[in-house]
Amino acid sequence: MKIAILDYQLGNVRSLINACESLGAEVILTGDHNEILDSNGLILPGVGSFPQGIKNLEKFDLIKTVKCFAASKKPFLGICLGMQMLFDSSEEFGTHKGMSIIKGDVKKFPIQKLDYKKLPHVGWNEIVQNKQQNSLFLRNLADKSDMYFVHSYYASPADSSNILTTTNYAGFDFCSSVIMDNIIGCQFHPEKSGKNGLIFMKNFIEMCNE
Amino acid sequence: MNKLRVIARIDVKNEFAIKGIHLEGLRKVGDPNSLAKKYYEEGVDEIIFMDAVAAYYDRNSLSEVILDASQNVFIPITVGGGIRTIEDIQAALENGADKVAINSKAINSPKFIEESVKIYGSQCIVSSIDAKQLNDTEWYAYTDNGREKTSKEVIEWAKEVEQLGAGEILLTSIDYDGTKKGFDYELCSKISDEVSIPVISSGGMGKSEDAVKLFKSSSIDGIAVASIIHYELESVTEIKQNLLKNSINVRS
Repeated sequence: MKIAILDYQLGNVRSLINACESLGAEVILTGDHNEILDSNGLILPGVGSFPQGIKNLEKFDLIKTVKCFAASKKPFLGICLGMQMLFDSSEEFGTHKGMSIIKGDVKKFPIQKLDYKKLPHVGWNEIVQNKQQNSLFLRNLADKSDMYFVHSYYASPADSSNILTTTNYAGFDFCSSVIMDNIIGCQFHPEKSGKNGLIFMKNFIEMCNE
Repeated sequence: MNKLRVIARIDVKNEFAIKGIHLEGLRKVGDPNSLAKKYYEEGVDEIIFMDAVAAYYDRNSLSEVILDASQNVFIPITVGGGIRTIEDIQAALENGADKVAINSKAINSPKFIEESVKIYGSQCIVSSIDAKQLNDTEWYAYTDNGREKTSKEVIEWAKEVEQLGAGEILLTSIDYDGTKKGFDYELCSKISDEVSIPVISSGGMGKSEDAVKLFKSSSIDGIAVASIIHYELESVTEIKQNLLKNSINVRS
């Protein structure tokens, strides 16, 4: 069993690799089309801006690869920017097209509507589980588990049935994780979310094992 | 509402965790990685490693510490002390840090914050401000562990770093650091009212009640604690339980 972490030269993936390895998973950091498609699971990490992320994916010719993997029915996890890029577009630094794997857009927090006017949303916050979902990705996680967030933009899925969890920031509810068949995306950083984050990662790894 | 953060601050000199008073008179308090692991197990929200002597040598020597911590501690890690170039930031991140705290370099060249934010995003760049009170109304920013006074008045400087794109401010009170007599409440409330980025207060906590008072009297987003946990006056778990008892919203 082998999990690929997509290497598109954006941000730091050491913590993510360490978190996977601490759970006994074999991971490879790779941008190679065949190696990615041969893996049992794929993680699309991402720390950085949306346009830069898409630009790098294009530069390394990885969009086709990511879409192929997403269609393979094998577990696919997008984290933070890695989740945002699954959507149709983002308004970060102008309007930019995403990969359109999940329908919806990425928007900036409407700061005028927040009762706490600070961005980015940094820190620990609760993920409230969508009762319609009974996803194995959330196995062994209590409702309202705390996770670690760092972001100013959030994904808004067109189809609310794609919402796996929501989180309330300063009175504003946003989608903090999404699910569509084998594809899961989270706005929080499971690799930085202490024990809860490791449970989430472990669920993903176990799904890759199945 | 976001949870207020309890952060462990571990100042490091050579390979030892150290702690001083007013950032001086440093004493060894243990091994930085054992402490980090212990605080992680106790439920701390983040770890800050600060190279206490980097300023004198123009370099940050925490790479081994960070490499080790990122294998055992799955919460955000900030590295500070001697961060002067984009290469320093890159190296810290590659070793497993999530954020870097910048003080001297930003004061000497404010554009450095802007430049690093452009590359790494504001969430990665923490402006570290060491403040000392000069008179009833003014605090000034210092560098070199509180030895060098700068021309930056702290409130103006905090607004400036926000404008430059810093994602948060680590505000250390030199006057209160290591004293365990409570935070500089006035400074904390002034700064947190003036900026809209998160402000973390460091320096002075001797008991849980100090943090309760701070969170109730200001819009501070987190505390960075050292003496209280290093000297085992209270554990991270106890601090959090006491905060929760006082209706302060922290991660349990």
